[in-house]
Amino acid sequence: MNKPLIAVERLTKRFDVSRSMTDILTGKRPQLQAVTDVNFTLQRGETLGIVGESGCGKTTLGRMLIKLIPPSEGTILFDGKNISGMDRTAELAFRRRAQLVFQNPFDALNPHFTILRSLREPLHNARVPGEEHVSRIAEAMGMVHLPAPDHFLQSLPHQLSGGQLQRVVLARALVLRPEFILADEPVSMLDVSVRAGILNVLREVRDRMGLAAVFISHDLALVRYVCARTITMYLGAVVEDGPTADIVGNPLHPYTKALVQAVPIPRVDQSHAPLPITGGLPDARNPPSGCRFRDRCPLAEGRCASEVPPLRDVGGGRRVACHLV
Amino acid sequence: MLLEVRDLVIDYRSTRGRVRAVDGVSFNVPAGAIIGIVGESGCGKTTAVRAITRVMPSSAVFSGGSISLNGTDLVKLSERDMQKHLWRDIAYVPQSAMNALDPVWRVGRQVEEVLVARGGMEKKAARVRSEELFAMVGLGANRLSDYPHQFSGGMRQRASIALALALSPKLVIADEPVTALDVVIQRQVLDTFATLQKQLNVSVVLVTHDISVVAYVCDYVVVMYAGKVVESGPVADVLDRPAHPYTMGLYNAFPELSGDDRELSPIEGSPPDLLDPPQGCRFRARCPFSIATCTQDPPEHLVGEGHIANCHRATEAADLRETAKRTETWVGVTTE
Repeated sequence: MNKPLIAVERLTKRFDVSRSMTDILTGKRPQLQAVTDVNFTLQRGETLGIVGESGCGKTTLGRMLIKLIPPSEGTILFDGKNISGMDRTAELAFRRRAQLVFQNPFDALNPHFTILRSLREPLHNARVPGEEHVSRIAEAMGMVHLPAPDHFLQSLPHQLSGGQLQRVVLARALVLRPEFILADEPVSMLDVSVRAGILNVLREVRDRMGLAAVFISHDLALVRYVCARTITMYLGAVVEDGPTADIVGNPLHPYTKALVQAVPIPRVDQSHAPLPITGGLPDARNPPSGCRFRDRCPLAEGRCASEVPPLRDVGGGRRVACHLV
Repeated sequence: MLLEVRDLVIDYRSTRGRVRAVDGVSFNVPAGAIIGIVGESGCGKTTAVRAITRVMPSSAVFSGGSISLNGTDLVKLSERDMQKHLWRDIAYVPQSAMNALDPVWRVGRQVEEVLVARGGMEKKAARVRSEELFAMVGLGANRLSDYPHQFSGGMRQRASIALALALSPKLVIADEPVTALDVVIQRQVLDTFATLQKQLNVSVVLVTHDISVVAYVCDYVVVMYAGKVVESGPVADVLDRPAHPYTMGLYNAFPELSGDDRELSPIEGSPPDLLDPPQGCRFRARCPFSIATCTQDPPEHLVGEGHIANCHRATEAADLRETAKRTETWVGVTTE
């Protein structure tokens, strides 16, 4: 096995939540555990999708990967180095090698900056010599299939369509030739007809640049289109991990099963069978003991309440956190 | 026919002139059917259905057409007469269930208020009816004493459906009712609509941008583009044999969870500016099949049982469908 680009170990994130009067009087500081004991590695050039319902911690996990927020516990190694407690030089290098694609292209770009300035800013910040800027920008614009003539680069964000803006946001992430990009719901704000173009760009970038990527989405169909591997999260914990084709074709964890079954398809002949699970996510401040999924799980039995199921290797590059698999 | 919308025209007054958001839209809603209205943002789908309930911003103007509910033209009704139909005959489930419920009132009280104020019920009877309504959408009676913030997104959406059903309307209009919801919850809400349709014979007009939602729950579909209907008909027919290039393009652009890993084709370009719409077919600038005659208004072609496509080349649809399946067909169409 090659040395992974990213190694996540025992990653946990807790947030303080507002205290009730009783909490204040009893001196309690309630916390919400958004991400619980997450472990995984990402190889160079690997595309990993993280799926789960809103509130499952996928965005919090992503933010830690890109060092926007610090973990409460655990470590993230990027190319073997811990991303917490880096010195300034190391930090600058990390910021150049790991880039972020924002969800909402309509407010990811400074409305007063021309497209050229938005694309130049990261190059400038990363101390890329000025004479390289034009060619680097042309390269990034080419990758996202945007025309690079002057009038386009001189336009302002409000003059562009949503699809063009999202391509600019992608180009801005690619202009530094990163080794890793994090895309958190990169197409959820776009119309269906435009989405496909962005997804195709993500696929091309994956194939041509050998970029490692984490793609966060609630939509399993989108993840399947772009990612070779998928992680399912439930209430802060990873419940399943494996090759996307296997996760979609033969999900093992009861939650992933329900998730796969719940995705509607654009065909009339599809299953209307009732889902095996009901209800919504439980309160994350007070998660169920043992397996966090047990109160919605059709298979739950005694030990599910007492023992936390570990994320076990089940062969074929797959890991599952369930006592019954 | 429960509802017949004919040649509906709605304008918005803006500082730059009148924007014709809905331009000659017609569709029918049979009793007990679920109709999906699909299209992208700005296509006029929300404006068209809001016109039915007359829940519209003050800048909106009815500029033509009729909306006939069981033979009564709603457009001609006075504000006062229209009020009599709301809740009783037509109910509206807004896009964000967050806004449909008052945060400082218990949910049950909000349902009871509609029953008492609009339905003239006694307080006690209203309480019993609220419990019935909650049971219909799969919520327990004990939940009536909760506040909206104690509900999850899906429960809130189901509560707002229960609210809409309070006075047993024949028609429920739901604007993107599942867009903000996760797939598991989305499925529960869609199943709620399907159950109500079967048990109460309620008709539903469901606005969505997601063709898979239409495929899952609707009987008929109306596809809109830039203020006009481009194709309509029974769901199975329209999805299996789309006859308008826009519908074909929408299908090709949609990632699917099952089946083979086909490459998606985006529809290049963007919809036209409705302040100055193009002559003839509005999709022609993005259409790989446009020809010279497309600068003239597209005719209505009947391509199947109740299946209409507004396209000059609708008679060639079978051939176009094959060509549309190839990704390269959609590359380099616009000059934008």
